[in-house]
Amino acid sequence: MRYVVRKLVLFLVTLWAAITLNFILPRLMPGSPVDAALAKLASSGLPVTNAERQAIEIQLGVPNTSLPQQYWDYWVAIVHLNFGTSYSFPSETVAQTIGKAAPWTLTLVGVTTVVAFVIGTLLGVYAGWRRGKPADTTVTLGATFFAAFPPFWLGLLLLYLFAFKLPWFPLKGGYFPGETPNLSPPFLGDAVYHSIVPAFTLAITSLSGWVFGMRNNMINTLGEDYVTFAEANGLRSRTVALLYAARNALLPNVTAFGLSLGAVVGGSILVEGVFSYPGLGNLLYIAVSNHDFPLMQALFLVISVSMLVAIFVVDLIYVRLDPRVRQG
Amino acid sequence: MSIVSPVPPPEVPGAAIEIPFGRGSASPGPLLFLGRAFLTLWSNRKARIGLVILGVDVLIAILAPLIAPHSPTATTFAPYQNPNGTNWFGTTGNGQDVFSQMVYGARISLLVGIAAGAAATIIAVTIGLIAGYRPGVIDEGLSFMTNLALVIPGLPLMFILAAYLQSRSVWTIVLVVAFTSWATGARVIRSQASTLRTREFVTSAVFSGERLLAVVFREILPNMTSLVAGSFFSAATAAVMAEASLEFLGLGDPSTVSWGTILYYAEQQNSLLTGQWVLVFAPGLAIALLAVSFTLINFGVDALSNPRLREKS
Repeated sequence: MRYVVRKLVLFLVTLWAAITLNFILPRLMPGSPVDAALAKLASSGLPVTNAERQAIEIQLGVPNTSLPQQYWDYWVAIVHLNFGTSYSFPSETVAQTIGKAAPWTLTLVGVTTVVAFVIGTLLGVYAGWRRGKPADTTVTLGATFFAAFPPFWLGLLLLYLFAFKLPWFPLKGGYFPGETPNLSPPFLGDAVYHSIVPAFTLAITSLSGWVFGMRNNMINTLGEDYVTFAEANGLRSRTVALLYAARNALLPNVTAFGLSLGAVVGGSILVEGVFSYPGLGNLLYIAVSNHDFPLMQALFLVISVSMLVAIFVVDLIYVRLDPRVRQG
Repeated sequence: MSIVSPVPPPEVPGAAIEIPFGRGSASPGPLLFLGRAFLTLWSNRKARIGLVILGVDVLIAILAPLIAPHSPTATTFAPYQNPNGTNWFGTTGNGQDVFSQMVYGARISLLVGIAAGAAATIIAVTIGLIAGYRPGVIDEGLSFMTNLALVIPGLPLMFILAAYLQSRSVWTIVLVVAFTSWATGARVIRSQASTLRTREFVTSAVFSGERLLAVVFREILPNMTSLVAGSFFSAATAAVMAEASLEFLGLGDPSTVSWGTILYYAEQQNSLLTGQWVLVFAPGLAIALLAVSFTLINFGVDALSNPRLREKS
């Protein structure tokens, strides 16, 4: 319980720090993002209402109020999910834009993480067990090479091969144009169909963390006495590898989740951009290309907060899985 | 108090280049040290592949004017050419020779990788050493900063920083990458420094009256050379990839010739749909190879610090 409380406090402080960082950054930067944002908004042809100006100033900093007052306004705006108006999507609020995109990214990132975890861990077990053999070298070199692929580049190549040259998969989007997102089976089928290539791209480029973590844990576990004992008892080597070594090596690897999630989320931005996938990454891609500061700011906040929450949840699960953490 | 160098004055002018031993003859000179480190890395098969790739890239970058058949910026060719005898990788929409751009692009990628890697490592070493050597409030504060930097998603933060910093130059990218990728190294260095702090040789150095900085940089730092090198190579890998991503997004300087900007223009001109896949394939592969070489060298460095990972050879 003490461990959980400590984690909770740490989580809350980190959450506060991340949200505050989001407040500080635009105010530290040279030039005035507010002016840039207002100029951009004015150039889009829409009249800038006072409410919009105020929302932008709360997000990015008003020149004539005190910093503590700005900070207070910023928190009030966040609690009310009032992120202002983006000029990439002027007809809706930023919160609405993000709300529509979030499920897509959640599904894509979630599925990718699970797939990468399963494949990566199995490969890691195999490489660790066959340490120093050609199989190990193949797996480690392969994982190193795939990890070095810029995800967006792999996405472009797969898009070219499997959607343009061989028309097996759709060229862009998360569903066929003309459909409205709903939860009916045909639509879900389309969504899965559209997500295969982007998910595959992300899974390949984020495998390596799991592979190397698992391989190193396996090598350390295989050096333990109980593994030697199991071997000396004449157990089959597959039994020793999977039931004795891998089971214990798996647990520490769960902590690699945070890093891996970071890789998937980071990669998903440009990959979603490449595939015009209707998720948060594509929004951030659009926001950065258009210098859409309100949208950018809100997206960064949403992405960091969801990552923090995900890592916190995994930490809590880890407590359930490993009794040593609870006692320590 | 300085130790007088025992090296006799050189007879020939050329001999003056010889590196003098800084702290008595017991510790090897930096050149010898580097040579030994290189040989140890070379003996590791994976690291050797990495060193070869990196060496080829460095040679291409240095000899770029000799290797590139054309100017990378001259717009003298017919646009949208497919690979042919004059333009080995084809031409861009502006009529530039892509092969020459690839050759010159090696300079930017190497520069960003090494500069950002070095900058991130300096931050990591400073924060890690201080946190590890000063338990208590300082350690808690610095460790919290490190953990925060670890969990905040790096790539989105990079994009946002680069979008706010409205200057578009290679050095902006170096700065942004260094600022976002120091944390992993700092954490590793901190934990190593905190275990070394209680060792006897450090205690004796403290009792012999060495100043804080001398203890930290002369006694503790040399004992984690491999960790420092490791954090350099992983930061350099991240930097090469991040540079490509930033430039692909259009957050780089569009007038520099780099692998990332070739990809950016290829995407802007829809090169894949017009069949010019080389424009996308070549720069991405070059980036991947450079990143792989840094990672492979890091395997060798890892094996130095963890004998369990060492290859039997």
